[in-house]
Amino acid sequence: MNETARSTHSHNNGLPGVARSAPATDAPATTPDSLQSPGRRAWRRFKKNRPALTSAGILIVLLLSVALWPVILQLAARLGPAGAAFAHIHNPDQLSDAQFAPPGPGHWCGTDGHGRDVFSRILYGAQISLLVGGVGASVSLVIGVLWGAIAGLAGGRLDSVLMRIVDILYSLPSIIFVIVLLTTTGQMLKAASWVQESPGLAKELRLMLLFIGLGAVSWLTMARIVRGQVLSLRTRGFVDAARVLGAGPWHILTRHIIPNVFSVVIVYLTLTVPGIILYESFLSYLGLGVQPPMASWGSLIAEGVDQINPIRIYWWLIAFPGGVLVITLLALNFLGDGLRDAWNVKGSA
Amino acid sequence: MFPTAPSSPRLEPSKRSEAGAPGRNLCCGLFLFLPLLCLLATACHPEPPPDLTIINGLEPESLDPAIITGQAEMRIVQGLFEGLTRLDPKTADPIPGLAEHWEISPDQCTYTFHLRTNLLWSTGEPITAADVLYSWIRVLDPATASDYAGQLFHLKNGEAFYAGKIKNPDLLGIHAPDPFTVRVELEEPTAFFLDLCAFSTLSVVPRQTIDRHGDAWLKTRPLPSSGPYELTAWRINDKIRLKKNPRYWDAAQTRSAIIDFLPVGSPNAALNLYERGQADIVWDKELVPTELLDVLLKRPDFHPFNYLGTYFFRFNVTRPPYTDPRVRQALALAIDKQRLVQRITRNGEPIASHFVPDGTARYTPPAGLGHDPARARKLLAEAGFPGGKGFPRGEYMFNAAAGGSAKMHEKIAVELQQMWRDELGIEIELRQLEWKVYLSAQSQLDYDLTRSSWVGDYNDPNTFLEMFTSDNGNNRTGWKNARYDGLIRSANRQTDPAAREKKFQEAELLLVRDELPIVPLFFNVGLNYYDPEKIQGIWPNMIDQHPLQFIRRKPEAGTRRQH
Amino acid sequence: MYFLRRIAFTLPLLLIISALAFAMVHAAPGGPFDRERVPASPEIERNLKAKYHLDEPLWRQYLRYLGDLAHGDFGPSLKYRNHTVNDVIAQALPVSLLLGSLALGFALGIGLPAGYLGAARQGQWQDFTSGFFSLLAVCVPGFVIAPLLVTLFALKWRLLPVALWESPFHAILPTVALGLFYAGKVARLLREGMLNTMQSEFITAARAKGLGENAILLKHAFRLAILPVVSYSGPMLADLLTGSFVIENFFQIPGLGVYFINSSINLDYPMTVGLALLYAGLLIALNLAVDFAYQLLDPRVKYE
Repeated sequence: MNETARSTHSHNNGLPGVARSAPATDAPATTPDSLQSPGRRAWRRFKKNRPALTSAGILIVLLLSVALWPVILQLAARLGPAGAAFAHIHNPDQLSDAQFAPPGPGHWCGTDGHGRDVFSRILYGAQISLLVGGVGASVSLVIGVLWGAIAGLAGGRLDSVLMRIVDILYSLPSIIFVIVLLTTTGQMLKAASWVQESPGLAKELRLMLLFIGLGAVSWLTMARIVRGQVLSLRTRGFVDAARVLGAGPWHILTRHIIPNVFSVVIVYLTLTVPGIILYESFLSYLGLGVQPPMASWGSLIAEGVDQINPIRIYWWLIAFPGGVLVITLLALNFLGDGLRDAWNVKGSA
Repeated sequence: MFPTAPSSPRLEPSKRSEAGAPGRNLCCGLFLFLPLLCLLATACHPEPPPDLTIINGLEPESLDPAIITGQAEMRIVQGLFEGLTRLDPKTADPIPGLAEHWEISPDQCTYTFHLRTNLLWSTGEPITAADVLYSWIRVLDPATASDYAGQLFHLKNGEAFYAGKIKNPDLLGIHAPDPFTVRVELEEPTAFFLDLCAFSTLSVVPRQTIDRHGDAWLKTRPLPSSGPYELTAWRINDKIRLKKNPRYWDAAQTRSAIIDFLPVGSPNAALNLYERGQADIVWDKELVPTELLDVLLKRPDFHPFNYLGTYFFRFNVTRPPYTDPRVRQALALAIDKQRLVQRITRNGEPIASHFVPDGTARYTPPAGLGHDPARARKLLAEAGFPGGKGFPRGEYMFNAAAGGSAKMHEKIAVELQQMWRDELGIEIELRQLEWKVYLSAQSQLDYDLTRSSWVGDYNDPNTFLEMFTSDNGNNRTGWKNARYDGLIRSANRQTDPAAREKKFQEAELLLVRDELPIVPLFFNVGLNYYDPEKIQGIWPNMIDQHPLQFIRRKPEAGTRRQH
Repeated sequence: MYFLRRIAFTLPLLLIISALAFAMVHAAPGGPFDRERVPASPEIERNLKAKYHLDEPLWRQYLRYLGDLAHGDFGPSLKYRNHTVNDVIAQALPVSLLLGSLALGFALGIGLPAGYLGAARQGQWQDFTSGFFSLLAVCVPGFVIAPLLVTLFALKWRLLPVALWESPFHAILPTVALGLFYAGKVARLLREGMLNTMQSEFITAARAKGLGENAILLKHAFRLAILPVVSYSGPMLADLLTGSFVIENFFQIPGLGVYFINSSINLDYPMTVGLALLYAGLLIALNLAVDFAYQLLDPRVKYE
């Protein structure tokens, strides 16, 4: 046990036993680590972390496929009849007579009840889901962390006000919120002349509204968690020291508090992303999410779940979308862990 | 929240059956312990097992006959409260209920019902003609706020009384010359009036209980009932239990003593419960996993049947280019309805070219438009959009499947979109809306095309055709046609069935061939499942109503199968 | 003092929430009595609205609602017209409380040891395994877990009931399906909290004093390490105790979770607002408890 914990320790800091209460600003550089620029040092550490590296590879491959697949289909369509046929059967919205075809050379991930190519639908659905997850994570990161950190650091009345706002937002019925947002704002936008001129834009706007709705609910728990951490941090020596040295609140917040809560933030963030991706599918189920025939991972999984029954399972409808989602999220988590370790401010004492 | 000093590592997962977990998770221990006790306590109070368990669709919104509107509700309520007539279990035609017999005047506007003389409430008091009067006037009383008050607008002065133009109930077309006679006067001959008398809205409810308890009257126990069953338990979203009413006039024929209704909204859950023998009958049409239909339909315990339901979509005829009947016809002719029923709904639905389902009583519907893409393209070109050029982007609006049913509407929409794109070269976008938003957009005519369906209230063409008259609230297409209105009105004044049918057919041709504010896609096919080796007394019929008292478990089948 | 003030603030807070929720449900398009089948005359709709005072100006409806609320009456349900909101809560809340507590016990019982193990054996196979499974639990949604569990345990092996809420056996699958997600989250948060805390100066001090690693982990690190879990447990408990739509719907459990979603969809105004208030009350109480727990766990936390 003893050995374990010690190795743990060194794994994280490279320097067991050195006090790391004060990040970056104080304490003179004493290690080879800090002779390098922070970015290079982080990269050097990151390279050693095999799971994180693999994860990064997987994510890059995924992103590339998502970005390039539509281009490939477009190009294929221009490359003679064979290419056109290829593009045709892989068009994610193209219906065909091949209903519920199992995975095979034609359809790598099989087809769904309309005879659409599941592989293509997963890649196209990724656009929505990754965007939703990204937006939710960013909102959670920016608003949630700042909100919680400010509340925790300021304490007293400001803390009360900020956290009560979080309580209020958390308690309001979120479905109604999304309905009102999508319909009333949607109506207002629809009436605006610049929207009426381009119907394509209206579609984009609906998506934007959906993202806003999703983002609005994603940062609340983050704010609570960060505040909890900051409450415990703010009375520590290094914060007092910084204060005595004349550091302003903003300086303390950005240079001392946030770096110290960063690891918890990363972990909670990686837990938030799946939540948001799945919440989108729930909204779609209620008719508030993406519009068919567009797909998202969440809606594909929801479709696949209908197939789970004791009598017959079209397993590819649940296995492929579910598998891609789980692999992506696992990769994101390992990547998050790796980045956190590599960038660990506490190691830079 | 959590005790401060962790004392032991307790790495093993705490066992849930364990009562108090010592050490740091004292709090969790409490959390586990108290609820478990409650659970055991609730599980221990004994309830006799039911003779029948029926999965009945979603939780009933109400069991008040004047308030209910849905089939799930009516199926329970018809066991509790009976009307002057009731439904034949085999044909669902009206047969004598509380009324033993009746006379109809030659002009078909006056009905004289003679009540049975042995009628008792389940609590022992006699049921008289005054109770019938009270029940009907209650439906017409604005304070009751009955959704289906319209069913009694056929009474003389019914609508005027409801609107408050007539205050005196004596002027209404319903009288009780003596305790066993009810005389009804109608505004006009109403061919389906005896069907209406079996409709739950018109059933007989206990006056004393309602006067005493007001809106909470259904919570009283014992609840006086006029039908074959009484209500013994109603736990919301959990279970409704009916017990045989021994004072019902026909109690000797009641087959099952205790019936449980389970409110289930998910098709998979319904099938799972049925497969494990936890339910004997599943009779909500929505509770079948459509993906499995090809397998399930081959089994002997799955029973598809036709009923009075049409799946269609509406045009908003006030919005160009759908103002042009040729455009509407083109869109209709481009649809391969056969593909929809074969590949998507897969329950053997007959495709629909007309709106009123085949098999409707007193009516043979005329044929409307079929599948003819070439003609569709020609019509579209005539309307000014050759090859779909210049056709504005439209929207096909449908509601999300929330509430449990399969995503049928979405699947049909996806197919339609593709057919219009392929055959006509026009782009119709899909717009899925949350239920209430969808309804409100529909009634405000804020759509281009919208999916719809209609299930007949009673077995007569009027319940389908009446809705597209100009000022009917269910029209919702913006389509107003004076000739159509005139035909429907005059049809309902006919006393000769053949003349009536002819008028209706003429009207329907306007609807489904010439003007086409709506496009019927297919007729719904219902699906009940129960093991015919074990359950008897359910017969398929056009309105999918199955009087509870005739359903029974075959004696030799013994108790429920438990695996 | 601080906590007394917080408690005093609860009432105005609930007022604000009720006003906002009230305004929001009424802003949503459509009405509670909109149906696919419109009544035979517009008169009927007018009467329906009049019966529930929906024809009055909004502010008066709100005052009426507050007046009823002052008597402990959440009003009638507009969807289930024979029941009041109080009836529904009285019947459904105990079920959800029970299931939620069981799931919480499951989440903590699995999540805390898994997270602890991950931190104590960081970088070893135990860490990897617990990390993998906790992530899996977070990534696989309840609506996938539930049918999988039922297909295996209830239909294939016929060990447990498929649905309904009758005996203790009926609670097992829903508890697991509901608790797994939270167990994963708890494990991840605890592991992170542990790793974080083990680098603090006082742990170093404890090490310097020569305390055993076990004692350090349990006596000192755990108390601080659990802070993120404690922060999270406010919202988590509020979510768990008020029921889950997906799980209750799938297992046909008569709990409160389905009403949170369905009342919004049905625009059952009093039900939606009433449930929002119930949830808010619970959340506020739990967050208060959480803030109180901070002080117990970490004496350095001060609110003034």
